[in-house]
Amino acid sequence: MSVTDLGMPAFPAAAARATRDTRLRANLRHATHTIRDKRARAVGELADWAELRAAGRAIKDRTLRHLDHYLERLEEAVTAAGGRVHWAADAAEANRIVTRLVRATGEREVVKVKSMATQEIGLNEALAEAGISAYETDLAELIVQLGKDRPSHILVPAIHRNRSEIRDIFRSEMGDWGRPAPEGLTDRPGDLAEAARLHLREKFLRAKVGISGANFMVAETGTLVVVESEGNGRMCLTLPETLISVVGIEKVVPTWQDLEVFLQLLPRSSTAERMNPYTSMWTGTTDGDGPRTFHLVLLDNGRTDTLADTVGRQALRCIRCSACLNVCPVYERAGGHAYGSAYPGPIGAILTPQLRGTASELDASLPYASSLCGACYEVCPVAIDIPEVLVHLRERVVEGGRVTRRGVRTVIRPAKGHAAERAAMRAAAFAFDRPGVLRAGQRLAARTRRLHPRRLPGPGRAWTDTRDLPPVEAESFRDWWQRTRGGERGSGQEGAK
Amino acid sequence: MSSRDVVLARVRRALADVPRAAGPEEAPVPRDYLRAHGDESAADTVRLLAENLADYRAVVHDIHAAGLPALLAHLLGERGSRSVVVPAGLPAEWLAKCDVEVVPDAPERTPGELDAIDSVVTGCAVAIAETGTIVLDAGPDQGRRRITLVPDHHICVVRVPEQVVASVPQALERLSPRRPLTWISGPSATSDIELDRVEGVHGPRTLEVVLMTP
Amino acid sequence: MRVALFVTCINDTLYPRTGRAVVTLLERLGVEVGFPAAQSCCGQPQFNTGYRHATEPLALRYARAFRDYEYVVVPSGSCAAMVRDNYPRLGEKAAAEGRGGALAEAAAEAVPKTYELTEFLVDVLRVTDVGAYYPHAVTYHPTCHGLRMLGLGDRPRALLSHVKGLELRELEGAQECCGFGGTFAVKNPAVSAAMGADKTRHIRETGAAAVCTVDNSCLMHIGGMLSRQGSTVRPVHIAEILAGTEGDVL
Repeated sequence: MSVTDLGMPAFPAAAARATRDTRLRANLRHATHTIRDKRARAVGELADWAELRAAGRAIKDRTLRHLDHYLERLEEAVTAAGGRVHWAADAAEANRIVTRLVRATGEREVVKVKSMATQEIGLNEALAEAGISAYETDLAELIVQLGKDRPSHILVPAIHRNRSEIRDIFRSEMGDWGRPAPEGLTDRPGDLAEAARLHLREKFLRAKVGISGANFMVAETGTLVVVESEGNGRMCLTLPETLISVVGIEKVVPTWQDLEVFLQLLPRSSTAERMNPYTSMWTGTTDGDGPRTFHLVLLDNGRTDTLADTVGRQALRCIRCSACLNVCPVYERAGGHAYGSAYPGPIGAILTPQLRGTASELDASLPYASSLCGACYEVCPVAIDIPEVLVHLRERVVEGGRVTRRGVRTVIRPAKGHAAERAAMRAAAFAFDRPGVLRAGQRLAARTRRLHPRRLPGPGRAWTDTRDLPPVEAESFRDWWQRTRGGERGSGQEGAK
Repeated sequence: MSSRDVVLARVRRALADVPRAAGPEEAPVPRDYLRAHGDESAADTVRLLAENLADYRAVVHDIHAAGLPALLAHLLGERGSRSVVVPAGLPAEWLAKCDVEVVPDAPERTPGELDAIDSVVTGCAVAIAETGTIVLDAGPDQGRRRITLVPDHHICVVRVPEQVVASVPQALERLSPRRPLTWISGPSATSDIELDRVEGVHGPRTLEVVLMTP
Repeated sequence: MRVALFVTCINDTLYPRTGRAVVTLLERLGVEVGFPAAQSCCGQPQFNTGYRHATEPLALRYARAFRDYEYVVVPSGSCAAMVRDNYPRLGEKAAAEGRGGALAEAAAEAVPKTYELTEFLVDVLRVTDVGAYYPHAVTYHPTCHGLRMLGLGDRPRALLSHVKGLELRELEGAQECCGFGGTFAVKNPAVSAAMGADKTRHIRETGAAAVCTVDNSCLMHIGGMLSRQGSTVRPVHIAEILAGTEGDVL
């Protein structure tokens, strides 16, 4: 995991800070609401969206259920097409492999296409330690890198920045990294994009090594697919002599034909476009066109642990479209940094605690970073039932149980800090399973109702800080029924025990 | 044990619940989605392509084959291009009327040299109407991927109607994964500033698509 | 038709008037309602917080309590969704853990007979005009579990649109969560309050006299915030609107 994520506070504290940042709130609200309506329109254009979604889900499920088979076929096809395949069990190993490959070229600079996998493993930091400069070339990644900031969104890592903040970052930082921002740079998005074009072009033209991820890898043919908008992906994938792609093992799809499903699902879910401006597909190397050397690094880093969980496994269907972030009311207010990993939002709340485990306070708090409203599941193009997995992971946090960590089956203990809650939940369940006890409690509450304070002490303050408590009525429903009807059917007979 | 063996062994242990003897087919994949959206005539499909190209800010021109050389000369002239790079297999007569320096692409041409060239003219492999996409497959009239990337102005000629398909599934049927493919839907763009689309970042900022009928 | 009311623990204790309204409404529509006293809580608070095992006896109890009934009517979208979506999961997981099929059987018995109130009215009784009278401007907040888990769709609005005297006011951002989310409201109080602040602002902006939902749990949060803000907008469960007639004093 990325070093920057260590020592992060648990989600509720970080989120609370974000809710008080009015500029951040306004930036996030504006951006997520803009894309929400557009996505709905783009999806609405396709009469067979539900069928595409069902197919996307099924293709990913088939892949995951036979992942070893497809990975071996992929390796074979990539190798046959002139590529070299490397396997990395964890982040450290992936970083070592990439560092070694870059060093072997003799270069000290690499250009990068935006990649979630390399963000996840902290590749840039690892390369920096080895004296290699990695230049992010996606506009938003550039904004994040220049601003010494962290990404806060899967698709638009600088979503927390508005146009004038971006202009300020470009003005003050571009000169330290290469070509400075043009004189008198305005905050017009077109001018900002132009500034990025000029700044990065010299880097693209001299780059000898490119590093990318991939959206899809086709097992049948060995083809890799990168979906992008700006053309920085094309630059990194075709101009350098050496290309290194670091890709999670779950990104494989079985057949060439399967792309017909995902190339319809992804752009409409992601940028709300019929098709994104550029998609590159390459199979190994091609004589005279593009990199002469191609390395594919297949990354596990917790994915097989996730695969071992029959409920949580569905998180590996994710195609990183970010539609779930854009509709999430919690993400909109908490912002991406509160999630403390490369994967923010609802998908991050179920992916991070599976990739990293639930040992840290932050990771154990992520499954609770949701009101379970279900908006994420509704828009997910591969039908990941995020609320189902959230609840499943909550159980892991409070009850512990069997998990797989780094390939080893183990039993974890319940997370700390839930003792009082556990006792309360069990007491409630005990009372609810004994209607006599429940009724006694209701009557006690009713008799003392005039004594109830309007603001509660201790943990109850979390409720009464912003909300009044409902008054307790003098008579519970069951007492009213008993008094007026006398029996189960209202005809005098006593109800079941 | 190699990392390859470690990862594959982990995968197999993780899938203890899956009945594996039957192979991947045990997991059904329903393909009830459409091969194309709507059942349109060839002319309507071309019209849809033009609309969707224009919707993403590509500039669209219709021309008969006989008028193509004059149109290309006009487009390059209008833009003030002084040089144009062309793939080796581009029909020579296409640029016969152009009054600019024609630079044939060659493998030794560096990105820096390409950066000094104003325009590029290519054909395409297939065009997709529903998404407003042209696909290049590095064929003889399209050339290496970099020539349609570094110059700021790309003119792409689509042979109508035979190169136009309605949908993404139909396009993939026609394309070969053995070839490097570039799918292009409008000029380069970004949504990275406030999630709103702006055209013009690293790829060609002007994309002109010529729909050429015989 | 043997119909039982599952009043839910929140309504039983904090909102008994909602339960009484369901009885009034169903009896007015000619339905004889039973109330088995063995019922308690569906187990949603435990389940959604991660205490699946503490939920299991409650699911078994639910199935047992309503065994003699063809229909169970629930005036809560989220409690109905708990039974319909999550009881089968309890059964599957218990079976996978080698603990037998009792929970799966309980789920199979409970799921098909469980209806949220507006579903029961529209789908089973096939009425949208229940003869109600409520002379106020009302805005309707579709609660998440009713909207997305149960798929209630237009049913509540169809019922409200036939209420005499009622003026339905459109709510901006209606489909966005109010921020309650059960224990979410206390585990992430700042985000919950921020969501609630937006929801209550939109509610106030409608100028309606009342905000109506199919769930008192969401209304407890919404109403608690409105009350703290000094707003006079009343939180009202849909059953209470549908139970009212012209003879009543409102």
